[in-house]
Amino acid sequence: MTVGDPILNISIFAAFVVVTLIIVLRASRSNKTANDFYAAGRSFNGGQNGTAIAGDYLSAASFLGICGAIAVNGYDGFLYSIGFLVAWLVALLLVAELLRNTGKFTMADVLSFRLKERPVRLAAATATLAVCFFYLLAQMAGAGGLVSLLLGVNDRVGQSVVIAVVGVIMIAYVLIGGMKGTTWVQIIKAVLLIAGAGVMTVWVLALNGFNLSALLGNAVSVAGEGILNPGAQYGVTGTSRLDFISLALALVLGTAGLPHVLMRFYTVPTAKEARRSVVWAIWLIGLFYLFTLVLGYGAAYLVGKDTILAAPGGVNSAAPLLAFELGGSILLGIISAVAFATILAVVAGLTITAATSFAHDVYANVIKKGAVPPNGEVKVARITVVVIGLLAIIGGIGVQGQNIAFLVALAFAIAASANLPTILYSLFWRKFTTRGALWSMYGGLASALILIIFSPVISGAETSMFKDVDFSWFPLNNPGIVSIPLGFLLGWLGTITSSVKEDPRIAAEMEVRSLTGHGAEKASSH
Amino acid sequence: MPHDDTGTHTPGSAIDYIAIEQSPDFIAHKRRHRSFVFPLAVAFLLWYFAYVLLADYAHDFMSTKVIGNINIGLILGLSQFVTTFAITTWYVSFANRKLDPAAEKFRNELEEAERA
Repeated sequence: MTVGDPILNISIFAAFVVVTLIIVLRASRSNKTANDFYAAGRSFNGGQNGTAIAGDYLSAASFLGICGAIAVNGYDGFLYSIGFLVAWLVALLLVAELLRNTGKFTMADVLSFRLKERPVRLAAATATLAVCFFYLLAQMAGAGGLVSLLLGVNDRVGQSVVIAVVGVIMIAYVLIGGMKGTTWVQIIKAVLLIAGAGVMTVWVLALNGFNLSALLGNAVSVAGEGILNPGAQYGVTGTSRLDFISLALALVLGTAGLPHVLMRFYTVPTAKEARRSVVWAIWLIGLFYLFTLVLGYGAAYLVGKDTILAAPGGVNSAAPLLAFELGGSILLGIISAVAFATILAVVAGLTITAATSFAHDVYANVIKKGAVPPNGEVKVARITVVVIGLLAIIGGIGVQGQNIAFLVALAFAIAASANLPTILYSLFWRKFTTRGALWSMYGGLASALILIIFSPVISGAETSMFKDVDFSWFPLNNPGIVSIPLGFLLGWLGTITSSVKEDPRIAAEMEVRSLTGHGAEKASSH
Repeated sequence: MPHDDTGTHTPGSAIDYIAIEQSPDFIAHKRRHRSFVFPLAVAFLLWYFAYVLLADYAHDFMSTKVIGNINIGLILGLSQFVTTFAITTWYVSFANRKLDPAAEKFRNELEEAERA
């Protein structure tokens, strides 16, 4: 099945890539120090940074994944929108400002402020790399599905080539632009994505007399009454209901532990701007998720579940198919280009986070113990970008055809299990110790990974990565309900069993700084 | 500068942070922050999980139609959006009015102490 004109689709996409690359090149002229490369000289204001956060956050999972989930599974897909949005309150109320006041580039800066530095940095970097990797796999799966739809590429080999091309472009983005470049890409992309989804939303509503109830009624006439009611996907068995809770837990607690989101709190000059960023992000992201509700039901009505599932890219193709239904080849080309740019931009943001974490936390602070030659750290970060790019290409080829919003929820579960407990404990619990941090991070990470490996995601079910073998023993698709409480529990247990107490002077200093902003890294002037 | 090039913390600053942390002013500042964000965080999480449990176990209730085809499930889901926006606005106004002035006062004092 081929939708639209492949040449037109790709022309529009290519034009977009060229424009953004030019902007990246222009933005990168003053890219010299580590501060520039990672934190963009802390020169962005809250509005710009908030838009960039929205750009980082609204990935292929939000656009293609949620639209598809609602179009195919109805109301149950709506949970993704709600969880992804409400999660921002955790970041706003508990994490963003305090983190901005105590850190420099990465999450590990904050954790190592008063805990034993090297083991904590190593653990934080390991968790960061794991989260980024799962997030990247999801984006790659999205890219493969989208392009297979655009170009009518149905065979696996063709899709693999496409993923490799995306990977190369992404590496170029990050290498040339650094964080400042990627911030501009995120801003441009966020505006395009929200505008594109907005236009489609108004269009769908116009076709239904600007009446939400009429739209829902039309969706019911195609898909049946069940599409409006909860339970179509998760209400089937007791186990699947538990899976719904597990997913809800991972979604709401994952955001404030996502390393690429945490890093965005450092690209602004002050805690006040960090707060302003999150507020901007919440409004933009909330608006976007309201659009996805209309688009999901619009696709259920105008495209239909069976057509969506039969298309290349399956459930993830609902949004582009809806665009084709509304505005033919041209709208499909534009929306696909925006979706593609979305994936590219998110991948770039994730890659630079992983690279920063490795170069700054592992190389500079653990391997070199702080004695880094000038620009050595940036050099390692660049090499890491290339390595991660290659891994993402291989991994992306491996997970082709998987559901994106669902894969991203796994990254959220890992972030909520491995990162969030330690972040909250170290910001709010004075007695928290290094052992508590290590147990929590490694325990949360390992339990989440192990439960994923032995879940139906990987083996034993029809949708599994390996359909033909079955080594699964954990019944839920999302590990959050077990691994997140375990991460919190281990942090507490490790702390109360510690024989070594942490230095109270540093704990006091961290608390004073986190609440006052004293000594926080300032914007660099140039 | 209390930070070295690698972003790590180097102790040895002349400021007695323990004394500041135990000062009544700072304790009041900390309490102001926590007595706002903690109850609010608990409240929105309870509300979120109440919604999740209803959507998971009370299908009939959530499927009750209210206006046209709009059912209770959709209304509760959309009201999660409304409360998120409302809490955001409330917190920002609180932080601008109450937290920022206090934080700035401490920051100025600390910078002065560091210069001395």
